[in-house]
Amino acid sequence: MINKNGTLPDLPPPSTNIGVIGWLRNNLFPSPLNTLLTFFAIYIIYLVIVPTVDWAFLNSNWVGESRDACTGGGACWVFISARFDLFMYGFYPESEYWRINLAFAILVLLLVLLNIRQVPQRGWLAAFTLICYPVITFYLFSGGVFGLDPVDTSKWGGLSLTLILSGVGIVASLPLGVILALGRNSQMPIVKAASIVFIEFWRGVPLITVLFMSSVMLPLFLPEGTSFDKLLRAMIGIVLFESAYMAEVVRGGLAAIPRGQYEAAKALGLNYWKSMALIILPQALKLVIPGIVNTFIALFKDTTLVLIIGLFDLLTTIEAGFKDSHWLGYALEGYVFAALVYWIFCFSMSRYSQHLERKLSTGHAR
Amino acid sequence: MTPTDKSGSGTVESDEAIIEIAGMHKWYGEFHVLKDINLRVCKGERIVVCGPSGSGKSTMIRCINRLEEHQTGKIIVDGIELNDDLKRIDRIRREVGMVFQHFNLFPHLTVLENCCLAPIWVRRMPRKKAEEIGMQYLERVKIPEQAKKYPGQLSGGQQQRVAIARSLCMSPSIMLFDEPTSALDPEMIKEVLETMIELAESGMTMIVVTHEMGFAKTVANRVIFMDEGQIIEENDPETFFSSPEHDRTKLFLSQIM
Ligand SMILES: Nc1ncnc2c1ncn2[C@@H]1O[C@H](COP(=O)(O)OP(=O)(O)OP(=O)(O)O)[C@@H](O)[C@H]1O
Ligand SMILES: [Mg+2]
Repeated sequence: MINKNGTLPDLPPPSTNIGVIGWLRNNLFPSPLNTLLTFFAIYIIYLVIVPTVDWAFLNSNWVGESRDACTGGGACWVFISARFDLFMYGFYPESEYWRINLAFAILVLLLVLLNIRQVPQRGWLAAFTLICYPVITFYLFSGGVFGLDPVDTSKWGGLSLTLILSGVGIVASLPLGVILALGRNSQMPIVKAASIVFIEFWRGVPLITVLFMSSVMLPLFLPEGTSFDKLLRAMIGIVLFESAYMAEVVRGGLAAIPRGQYEAAKALGLNYWKSMALIILPQALKLVIPGIVNTFIALFKDTTLVLIIGLFDLLTTIEAGFKDSHWLGYALEGYVFAALVYWIFCFSMSRYSQHLERKLSTGHAR
Repeated sequence: MTPTDKSGSGTVESDEAIIEIAGMHKWYGEFHVLKDINLRVCKGERIVVCGPSGSGKSTMIRCINRLEEHQTGKIIVDGIELNDDLKRIDRIRREVGMVFQHFNLFPHLTVLENCCLAPIWVRRMPRKKAEEIGMQYLERVKIPEQAKKYPGQLSGGQQQRVAIARSLCMSPSIMLFDEPTSALDPEMIKEVLETMIELAESGMTMIVVTHEMGFAKTVANRVIFMDEGQIIEENDPETFFSSPEHDRTKLFLSQIM
């Protein structure tokens, strides 16, 4: 079939190449071997999915007060719901839960506002979130002011403790890491050497050792009678440890910025700090967003290690829950729940980082 | 005798020296890259520097705004002698604008933000005023409509014109150009050269490293030929192109013309 002017007309592709059938043909059954593999894979998935769904949903129990409610033979989610408060708030007094909820609600509100383009003065809002909000949260949690009952940090626990530890770690390790990275690139030999020693020391020891030292060794060196909050020590340990990692991530970004950017900034009369703050770091940090978020995610999960110094983070409260004689034997439910909570937070961070990368891209491929 | 007397094209406003380089030497480690450089540039003068690759042209003009450090000799810019004093370096960099071969625009900022950045942060100008000035210079280089775009969305010639506008926003008294057109396609070279010619007509003091001999002939007061880290020959464009004194200059000219 040839058109009048001699060109071939546009024809639709054969139906076997498009749509669902085309996709199946191309991706699942292109050859006998692949067809075999496809059926094999479907069989494996079937073997895994069916018992999982049975366990988690079909044969599970959701409502009740004690283990007597779990009669289905599948997952006993009653364990989670009965112990939910413990998992969220640790040993925080029940009458004061509202303080934690309020702190969390403020955070959610701030984060939402920060991501709405129309909100005026977002720079100040960001500064408020990073500087004032932690202070507010600290006083809400620990009390002792404005007629709030003091709550000792040993009572803090559960998911709220996990979030505090990782929040502090994230907020403090990034600026510290940036400073260390700049220090490592510095022209001044002493600054450079100090940064290298710091980074290499903290990267070289396992976090578990850091935490252990902070709780066992540090008190030995401090003058007798000084008490130094256990949680605070853990936080300092985590921040120092993670900032060393962050420094190396940021340094990778700095190395990727062409020399011309430094020169143009200098030639315009910007001094070192201004050219770093306005030209180099915005570009370098943007380049290493995936690395930064990767470190944040690792940090979030590493906070579980505080269990060895006797802090009750989410995972520890869950473990304590199923070691309780009322709930013995429900470890699997506990771990699945823990995995789900951690996964939700880590996955959100990962998605947010992708969103940020897209938002900050300016169509410039270097 | 000042070089003004020889000026073949255009006029020079005064014979007051704005850049003075005397007996300047520079080494990269063991490598003696600049040897006994002497150069006096008057206010409003346009100087073209040419020479083979690796002869030290870039290094010489980068010494003027201290992107490179010289080891011996004197460089005086606008009455300020360059040394390790950071305050002086800052003052000189405010007076000296520089345009690079690869533009070096800031890719994370819009064109207008590129222009306003230094006036706001170095000259402490209010943002509104800086934006007005930025737009004024973008109009002068004929791309006001690109103000809200990012550099990555512009052509090479447009980027280089933004880079020129960005330098001009600091109202420098001297402009340095390091091969501003050699990374550009031929049709874009023209638009950048036109911008530079206009700038020259406005009386700006310019030192231009370039191999665009047409530009040198129409705009320069003096052409300087460098080879192996030395200034070999220095003359008004007419004499320089019609009857070069040194063999090396002749050889170089025969290769590029
Ligand atoms: N940072 C550096 N360290 C060591 N040597 C350098 C450095 N920068 C430049 N050089 C050397 O100094 C010499 C002069 O370099 P320069 O860039 O000034 O030459 P140029 O005349 O601008 O050449 P081109 O026309 O290729 O730009 C070259 O031999 C170069 O290899
Ligand atoms: Mg060069």
